[in-house]
Amino acid sequence: MMMDKIALRSRLWLAGAAMSAVLVGAMPAFAVTPADTLVEGFAIDDIITMDPGEAFELSTAEVTGNTYDLLVRLDLADTSQVKGDLAESWTVSDDGLTYTFKLKPGMKFASGNPITADDVAWSFERAVKLDKSPAFILSQFGLTGDNVAEKAKAADETTFVFTVDKAYAPSFVLNCLSATVASVVDKKTVLEHVKPVTPSDDYKFDNDFGNDWLKTNSAGSGAYKLREWRANEAVVMERNDNYHGDKAKLARVIYRHMKESSGQRLALEAGDIDVARNLEPNDLEAVAKNTDLKTTSAPKGTVYYISLNQKNPNLAKPEVRQAFKYLVDYDAIGSTLIKGIGEIHQSFLPKGDLGAVDENPFKLDVAKAKELLEKAGLKDGFNVTMDVRNTQPVTGIAESIQQTVGQAGIKLEIIPGDGKQTLTKYRARNHDIYIGQWGQDYFDPNSNAQTFASNPDNSDEGKSKTLAWRNAWDVPELTKKTEAALLEKDSAKRADLYKELQKTILDEGPFVVIFQQTEVAGLRANLKDFKLGPSFDTNFVGQISKE
Amino acid sequence: MSVAELEATARRRRAVTIGASIGRFLIIAATTYLGLLAVTFFIGRVIPIDPVLAVLGDRAPSNVVERVRREMGLDLPLIQQFYIYLKSALSGDFGTSVLTTNPVMTDIRRVFPATIELATLGTIIGSIMGIPLGVLAAVKRGSLIDQIVRIIGLVGYSVPIFWLGLLGLVLFYAQLQWVAYPGRIDIVFEYTFSPITGFYLLDAAWQGQWDVFWDLLRHIILPASLLGYFSLAYISRMTRSFMLNELSQEYIVAARAKGLSETRIIWGHALRNAAVPMVTVIALSYAGLLEGSVLTETVFSWPGIGLYITNSLQNADMNAVLGGTIVIGSVFIGINLLSDLLYRMLDPRTKDE
Repeated sequence: MMMDKIALRSRLWLAGAAMSAVLVGAMPAFAVTPADTLVEGFAIDDIITMDPGEAFELSTAEVTGNTYDLLVRLDLADTSQVKGDLAESWTVSDDGLTYTFKLKPGMKFASGNPITADDVAWSFERAVKLDKSPAFILSQFGLTGDNVAEKAKAADETTFVFTVDKAYAPSFVLNCLSATVASVVDKKTVLEHVKPVTPSDDYKFDNDFGNDWLKTNSAGSGAYKLREWRANEAVVMERNDNYHGDKAKLARVIYRHMKESSGQRLALEAGDIDVARNLEPNDLEAVAKNTDLKTTSAPKGTVYYISLNQKNPNLAKPEVRQAFKYLVDYDAIGSTLIKGIGEIHQSFLPKGDLGAVDENPFKLDVAKAKELLEKAGLKDGFNVTMDVRNTQPVTGIAESIQQTVGQAGIKLEIIPGDGKQTLTKYRARNHDIYIGQWGQDYFDPNSNAQTFASNPDNSDEGKSKTLAWRNAWDVPELTKKTEAALLEKDSAKRADLYKELQKTILDEGPFVVIFQQTEVAGLRANLKDFKLGPSFDTNFVGQISKE
Repeated sequence: MSVAELEATARRRRAVTIGASIGRFLIIAATTYLGLLAVTFFIGRVIPIDPVLAVLGDRAPSNVVERVRREMGLDLPLIQQFYIYLKSALSGDFGTSVLTTNPVMTDIRRVFPATIELATLGTIIGSIMGIPLGVLAAVKRGSLIDQIVRIIGLVGYSVPIFWLGLLGLVLFYAQLQWVAYPGRIDIVFEYTFSPITGFYLLDAAWQGQWDVFWDLLRHIILPASLLGYFSLAYISRMTRSFMLNELSQEYIVAARAKGLSETRIIWGHALRNAAVPMVTVIALSYAGLLEGSVLTETVFSWPGIGLYITNSLQNADMNAVLGGTIVIGSVFIGINLLSDLLYRMLDPRTKDE
């Protein structure tokens, strides 16, 4: 009995303690992030590696862009140009084959090691030899595992010489060198972490060039260094005190993985994060109205399009391709579904690229489309399917298109699917219509031109699986023109060639480009100098401070 | 036959029975594992998603795609792929996660404590509140209290937990600011706190870091309460029906005739007897929370195994999905076994004759 009473009493006490704990917790406390730390809410689940020689994902580009430096970088004032980063100056030989870069003196990596031309050469060598996804950006200049040591080499401590196989347009070569894969890694540091590998037919080298270690570590010279990456949780960067440019203002930057727009908005409003990076239109609008918060945006090099598989006999008719371009309600989509997160844009080169065409000739015109369909012998329309990833804004756009093509008698059936599932089908050319986006691989018009306008081998075994190939659009003439544009040394003439390609695709292509993505961010009002760059690897954070 | 012979036969039989039941258990467990492995593996291979896409994304050139396909062994016949997987899985190697680049087991060792912590707290909350409610409902059968408990249970059992979760967030986090943002710990503490066991609450208490402990509590309280509510719904219903059963037994009448107080009869006698089947109920509900807190973990960004498997699934990271499934399957089987054992210990009738 006695024991029972004590037990009961202690139980009551526990209950009381629990109650008071709840009540104390009830005191509202406004959350504030630390003054020397920037906290961003960001969907970072696409990150699979931090090695600049391997990484090809958008979120990774932002981290590597802040932790590594390049010979040259995009000129943010005029993105059709580059400017020196580690390189002080460069020259191109008269035959257009040899590029000589002179490094700025006295620079150091985050580790304290000096940055030398040998580090640059080794960075190129490891990227080409590893031959991961982005390696083609370098190896397309005729680099292979066998010759890279010869073609990319240090002439002396501060002189790096790069030899290409054809007299390419210098703008093309330099733009490619501004891509993440050309980041300069700290050879001495990485060599301490290489792992032995058994050579095979697929990989002829006896070590991994530090790939395994660099997946989760950084060895660069950017304004920040990587402290930690926990997949689907967080990326943490710390200030690099050895940085050769203006030192970062904040000691630490934390990207917290947050998938949902609504969750990011809640956390931003509550002050748990300083920046929300994946806001959808309705949340963006709410943030814009809040006086404690502000918003910013920048156009990015990603275009959203629908494409018509030319294996489908109806879609292969030129009039039908044309008709689809008149059957998209661009105005309605622009003013609602993509408001704030995109701008109507109809040519395949995003604004900001050399030679990008910024005219949007098409408008919703059902009568005109009907006329074209009649000419194609499809007066009564036809049935067709569209594979749609089940995320916004593509789902909304697909529904809008379903409705507008219906007005011309085309019965469009939407097949919803997971992103990777629709993509698998698209890559196997088993779709009728696909709605998707394309982000350029490097900041040069050739990146998109190559995929939209060239298709070297249209057979099912074709090696070059460009977007034109995926839609079975066989265009030998355009393929040649795309290649020719690479060799045009005069930038103005080169721009004209790309304008011509875009016009052709606007008229004849199986692509209906709808809009160009605008990246948006919601910020706490006390943030200063937060800027989004023109590409994902130019979203710099070093200049940001808090008031 | 002599008495001694009879006893010997009985002993032999008993030994055979015990041996047989252990053997049977092992066979069932092995078949379950194998089935689990096979089903998950083949589902993972027949889904219309190219696993190479998960590793490389859409932008890799085709020579790299082909090479990685070979490296992953995807050019081999399906049966051979399964054999290779089975062989390494049996030796404890579940492969490497595409998403995190870690061995799957390392990942699971990191995320599982988070889930256990949440499920344990949830079950404690659910039991502490669910059992008294169930008892109360049984004692006052048909009264208003009974009806209220029934409605509470019904709501907890039928309203989707993610909806309750979002509602809870909007109310307690966004409006009232009583609880912390989704996640397990505040970033402020991320660098001052180094957990030992992975069970953060225990670690913080052990190290005497009470500010961290408090912060952890602010993070865990809402998801744990929701899970608690969910299991409360089940536990209170079951307690009620067990209690009704016990209260109609003759020993209760006998106890009343003896003049024992009603409190003593209910809490001391009836509940003690109802406790035996309750163990199974609580254990099952605990196991359910361990594997089934996927939605809660997603809503609350709780870095546990549910979120881990969901993320992996969405990214077609099949090694991680398979590994996670196996671990959860093992835990489920283990808890079932454990509750069986407890059952035997608590119920004198199941002790060896």
